[in-house]
Amino acid sequence: MGQIEWAMWANEQALASGLILITGGIVATAGRFTQWYFGAYSIVAGVFVCLLEYPRGKRKKGSTMERWGQKYMTSVVKLFGPLTRNYYVRAVLHLLLSVPAGFLLATILGTACLAIASGIYLLAAVRGEQWTPIEPKPRERPQIGGTIKQPPTNPPPRPPAEARKKPSEEEAAAAGGPPGGPQANPIPVTDEVV
Amino acid sequence: MMGCWVLNEGLSIILVLSWLGVNLYLFIDTFYWYEEEESFHYTRVILGSTLAWARASALCLNFNCMLILIPISRNLISFIRGTSICCKGPWRRQLDKNLKFHKLVAYGIAVNATIHVVAHFFNLERYRWSQSKEAQGLLAALSKLGSTPNESYLNPIRTFPMNTTTELLRTIAGVTGLVISLALVLIMTSSTEFIRQASYELFWCTHHVFIVFFLSLAIHGMGRIVRGQTQDSLSLHNITFCRDRYAEWQTEAQCPVPQFSGKEPSAWKWILGPVVLYACERIIRFWRFQQEVVITKVVSHPSGVLELHMKKRGFKMAPGQYILVQCSAISSLEWHPFTLTSAPQEDFFSVHIRAAGDWTAALLEAFGAEGQALQEPWRLPRLAVDGPFGAALTDVFHYPVSVCIAAGIGVTPFAALLKSIWYKCSEAQTPLKLSKVYFYWICRDARAFEWFADLLLSLETRMSEQGKTHFLSYHIFLTGWDENQAVHIALHWDENTDVITGLKQKTFYGRPNWNNEFKQIAYSHPSSSIGVFFCGPKALSKTLQKMCRLYSSADPRGVHFYYNKESF
Repeated sequence: MGQIEWAMWANEQALASGLILITGGIVATAGRFTQWYFGAYSIVAGVFVCLLEYPRGKRKKGSTMERWGQKYMTSVVKLFGPLTRNYYVRAVLHLLLSVPAGFLLATILGTACLAIASGIYLLAAVRGEQWTPIEPKPRERPQIGGTIKQPPTNPPPRPPAEARKKPSEEEAAAAGGPPGGPQANPIPVTDEVV
Repeated sequence: MMGCWVLNEGLSIILVLSWLGVNLYLFIDTFYWYEEEESFHYTRVILGSTLAWARASALCLNFNCMLILIPISRNLISFIRGTSICCKGPWRRQLDKNLKFHKLVAYGIAVNATIHVVAHFFNLERYRWSQSKEAQGLLAALSKLGSTPNESYLNPIRTFPMNTTTELLRTIAGVTGLVISLALVLIMTSSTEFIRQASYELFWCTHHVFIVFFLSLAIHGMGRIVRGQTQDSLSLHNITFCRDRYAEWQTEAQCPVPQFSGKEPSAWKWILGPVVLYACERIIRFWRFQQEVVITKVVSHPSGVLELHMKKRGFKMAPGQYILVQCSAISSLEWHPFTLTSAPQEDFFSVHIRAAGDWTAALLEAFGAEGQALQEPWRLPRLAVDGPFGAALTDVFHYPVSVCIAAGIGVTPFAALLKSIWYKCSEAQTPLKLSKVYFYWICRDARAFEWFADLLLSLETRMSEQGKTHFLSYHIFLTGWDENQAVHIALHWDENTDVITGLKQKTFYGRPNWNNEFKQIAYSHPSSSIGVFFCGPKALSKTLQKMCRLYSSADPRGVHFYYNKESF
């Protein structure tokens, strides 16, 4: 499993846990279960976790698929600097957040899932992974006149392109053709004035 | 054309709707049964409708858990595909969509699991509350049942606990339920497309948590906590009369104390069959793994492509199929799919492997593709091969005209196909239904597929030897070139053979204009059914599907394009 960045899975797991916490919290609060205030806490914690985990971090190798609309949250999460970049912090944070929800039945699944996410984040942190925001690429201004090459230095008639330019592999294989060489014209050229 | 789209997609839609229909029927039927059934009257007094919600979703869960293992039994599907009696045309194409169906059923399980879990949260809470001091009347009377030796209990929670969580963890159903839910969440979070593409191994390894899932599911109902009144008790205890007289149940003979019993666990009955089937599937895969694979030839192509010729006892393949290859020297867990590039008529089977990641790079190195000295045969690492597994290309021979389109690395299944077509052409005995093949190859850089260009060259010469030059018409489109190449190509434009490939057919530059191509083909074959086979990226697949629909005529006797997609 050389290529896996554990933070990727931890991120998915944490996002799912956030949603489960929100659902459990809504069930407990709406149903006015005993100790339903834990349910209210769970909704808040779930929303917080979802918002924190929504922007995907950039992968070290390869391209990362962004979640739809994540750039707004990326700018917010970026503001906290090392607190959000470091995965040890996230691991501890998720573990602490998951504990109160464990007191209520409706949110116990959320606790378990978030605790697992915290464990995976710990693994990611141990392996030195970090959260880097995905920055939008700056639009390259098209260079005006950049494609205009240097005008030819020889006067016409000019020998064919092969003699002038460096031959590629296919050329060397397929073309027996005119030998590459100096700009000496094979037949003497005179300026014919008719 | 709307008609063709309905024909192509119609069967899939019908199957999905049938699945949905069965789910809805099971759900609604069970829901109303639990809402109206007499034996659960007293249970409903405590729980309300959430009993019905939980039971209905439980039945749907049983149904879906039964279905989920079947689409991923690869060998079973290949077996069904092989028996061409039952599966022709559109049905065969449905077999290719097995993974989509697996995902659909998984979503069904997730939805039903959510309903089930939420309903049971309410149930537990209500059971708990009815044991509290505030519970009055019938509720309290029912909850007290079971305290004396003659009585059977209704409420699984016997005393008023501080916490429903501890009550949950005391029951088998509770603990297994938690384990099942956790397993489901882990499986789903590691199966997102993002994770699958980043690390297939993580997805595959975590998915094996399904073993825990199914084991826990089988024992989930053993606690028998869904309790209803027994039939004997119902005959003695008239509910409509007795339900308000709960104070007199102990004393009055007319209303004896109602007796309850738990529902038998039924999940195991649903999942036993598929679990056994899947176990057989894994055993078959393991047995195939044990069989010896002899490597007869190793060819190292330039630009990092390794060609392996292998032999295995009893190996039979069809063009377009793929095998899974494992190399214990590199990793004992990883099996990687490779399309077979040899024809079935040859006495060996071959794959072409390009270095595209850790495993393939390690394999190339182990086989000495990195330009080292020749390897001795006994030094070569041992390979294990599972398969072949089915794909859609065998259908090419069922159409009078076939259009094969390959983009980039998608060209590999067509290597096997074209070779197979040539062999079949050479056998003069059986005339082929297939009379014309159009082959389109779109790639950025032909250098990576030089071996395929060589194959086309040899096919070209052999076809002209047989006098069948018009059988195969191929078009190569290069979509990437640099200035040097462009100049070189422009200079040699008028020559007989193409400069890049050396073939008689000229290479085109840029992407094909599909409208023109399809128009041309439709025009040349006005009343045929034409099979379109594609292997490559999704975007192009959508374009081609659109073209197929667009250029199929509404007239049933006119030209019809049938789209078949490869899926790996």
